[in-house]
Amino acid sequence: MAKRAAPEVNAGSMADIAFLLLIFFLVTTTIETNQGLSARLPERQPVTEDAPPLRKRNVFEVMVNQNDQLLVENELMEIGDLREAAVAFLDNGGDGSCAYCQGTKDVNSSVNPNKAIISLRNQRGTSYKMYVAVQNELQAAYNVLRERERERLYPNEVSWTEMWAQYNAAKTSDARKDALKPKIEKLQELFPYKLSEAEPKKD
Amino acid sequence: MSKFKKKKSGDLPAVSTASLPDIVFMLLFFFMTVTVMKDSDLMVTNKVPTASEVQKLDKKDPVMYIYAGKPTMKYQKKAGTSNKVQINDKFVVPDEIPNFVLEYQSGLHQDLQNRFITALKIDEDTNMGIVTDVKEALRDANALKINYITKDGDPLVGLKK
Repeated sequence: MAKRAAPEVNAGSMADIAFLLLIFFLVTTTIETNQGLSARLPERQPVTEDAPPLRKRNVFEVMVNQNDQLLVENELMEIGDLREAAVAFLDNGGDGSCAYCQGTKDVNSSVNPNKAIISLRNQRGTSYKMYVAVQNELQAAYNVLRERERERLYPNEVSWTEMWAQYNAAKTSDARKDALKPKIEKLQELFPYKLSEAEPKKD
Repeated sequence: MSKFKKKKSGDLPAVSTASLPDIVFMLLFFFMTVTVMKDSDLMVTNKVPTASEVQKLDKKDPVMYIYAGKPTMKYQKKAGTSNKVQINDKFVVPDEIPNFVLEYQSGLHQDLQNRFITALKIDEDTNMGIVTDVKEALRDANALKINYITKDGDPLVGLKK
């Protein structure tokens, strides 16, 4: 009676228990979608300050109404054509002061990318989906132009969007960030992002 | 009587399932490590729109989430069916947003405060009225860096022409 071998525990149900836990975690897992369009809101300005006068040719007016229709420079436009129109406007180089512009030098379009402003106005009834699509297309227009200049100035670098992503990621090394910084600043200077959002009219 | 018994044909040896628990445990640990427990229960519909020019938010960035959309079925009795803004676990009106932002910011470390980003997780069917109210409230709170959370994809698909 002194020595009795301890009975072995049956591990057959181990798999069942593990499966149960597995299914629980499978169900509760949500892959986080933390990506999106970055934007910067304008600071509150003192009301007394007069806005500097803008020449009409330097402003690219985009309006979206409550039926999600797009009015660009007072003409109806499909969202699919917006990117091209914005690129043409920014790249116009009307007064010849912009050496790298390849636009048509239209007299009714912007004089220089530094002066070109895109003005976006939406109404309270505009759908968020449409608004995001418009924002996306305008951002894309800048990305297209910056990528073109990147190819010209830094042909050995990764694409503009990739440069920007690396520059903003925390895991990128400091040395790489220092190398990217002047290039990014140069490209941003060539085509500065100037989007003005008017407060929507009450309707 | 032969010494060698003929093997019964058609009797396959059973596959050993002894390593099954190991495999399952491996999967289990994988999901346990990637799971993030949601700290707030979503009370609004949240189907974010698609966009192609997306920028990834870094895990290390201090991000505050603001949700907006129609209340889900469960909350429609209490909150109605019009678009609502949700922060943490409750519905708020846009005027209350600056308080939440300041509260969140004061809990942050000094050098993180200027990297503060507000992520707007807004349902694609929301109208811009409430989004504008949220944006104006954020301007009041001087929380100017925002991000419209989207899925990666073509934004033009599904837009009514």
